[in-house]
Amino acid sequence: MGEVIVITSGKGGVGKTTTTANIGTALASMGYKVVMMDTDIGLRNLDVVLGLENRIVYDLVDVAQGNCRLRQALIKDKRFEHLVLLPAAQTKDKSAVSPEQMKELTEKLKEEYDYVIIDCPAGIEQGFKNAIAGAERAIVVTTPEVAAVRDADRIVGLLEAAELRNPQLVINRIRPDMVKKGDMMDINDMIDILAIELAGVVPEDEHIVVSTNRGEPAVLDANSLAGQAYRNIAKRITGEQVPLISLETSNGIMGKLRKLLGFKA
Amino acid sequence: MDLFGRVLGRGSERSKNVAKERLRLVLVHDRTSISPQLLEALKEDMLKVISNYMDIDRRGTEVTINSDDKSVALTANIPINKINRISI
Ligand SMILES: Nc1ncnc2c1ncn2[C@@H]1O[C@H](COP(=O)(O)OP(=O)(O)OP(=O)(O)O)[C@@H](O)[C@H]1O
Ligand SMILES: [Mg+2]
Repeated sequence: MGEVIVITSGKGGVGKTTTTANIGTALASMGYKVVMMDTDIGLRNLDVVLGLENRIVYDLVDVAQGNCRLRQALIKDKRFEHLVLLPAAQTKDKSAVSPEQMKELTEKLKEEYDYVIIDCPAGIEQGFKNAIAGAERAIVVTTPEVAAVRDADRIVGLLEAAELRNPQLVINRIRPDMVKKGDMMDINDMIDILAIELAGVVPEDEHIVVSTNRGEPAVLDANSLAGQAYRNIAKRITGEQVPLISLETSNGIMGKLRKLLGFKA
Repeated sequence: MDLFGRVLGRGSERSKNVAKERLRLVLVHDRTSISPQLLEALKEDMLKVISNYMDIDRRGTEVTINSDDKSVALTANIPINKINRISI
């Protein structure tokens, strides 16, 4: 029986889709069976980030409304055999799916997959309610900005109200140089304020732009710092103890980064 | 010139600390769902009750939520003009 994890944030554009694609791909590369679900109906993105946009025939709404069987809508990834995507509908409206249908769907998917990773739309409306309906775990993505952390705090409250306890935090787009200068909140600042467990920290990284252009998640790029960070997050999700210190690589870049990011000694 | 610039840079608080402080305050309001309107209503009620006992300066009254690292407090600053003699 697999696990259903929702990737959410409240604020838009902080990196939910990027995080979903990278964690999903990393888990698949570790040998797990993974399905990624795009619940951003009307603004589908995950397919493009994964480079699977040309293969879509059916979508989430088709499945929910019984236009096709679940299996028919799942798109196989090019790189990993046990990695699939259930795309969002692009043309239908958000109310085309209900939280009950989402629950049913995730129940079915986790019978066959080890991880069901759900990419949540921005906001706290219907789309958010759908995305969290079947989830057992939540990862909240934020960036080191007042508005993003504020929205993350609101989401944590809403998740708790929905009995999704102990969400974990991914801090995305950290800029070590700015943290060092005192012009960006550091990790401890944000964890103290939000009082939730840290799943990992992802640096601002040009490789993300390149990988998104190519439709190949950054975790597949050995030179990407963000990719490395996402691989560590995926390991932590599986229960592996990866200390934040192991962000350090042999060439020491991450070691420096780690210090700059403001990790406690 | 250079020195002047540097002095200015040092003198102004780092934006990270400004961000943290703003965040802390906005979260106090968000988490307790105390809106400015609610505070205003609370203030009006308090003034009504206190006016039964004292002559207070309504316009000078301030009711705010404050927080530091450890605690959150409701602070009311109510200037007194004159304390009424107890008439019961
Ligand atoms: N660590 C990073 N370094 C550089 N760019 C990044 C990083 N993370 C995300 N981005 C870029 O930020 C943009 C927004 O990311 P993404 O689409 O994942 O956010 P989102 O939270 O899913 O947005 P939405 O709320 O619209 O669904 C994208 O262009 C992405 O490439
Ligand atoms: Mg998205």
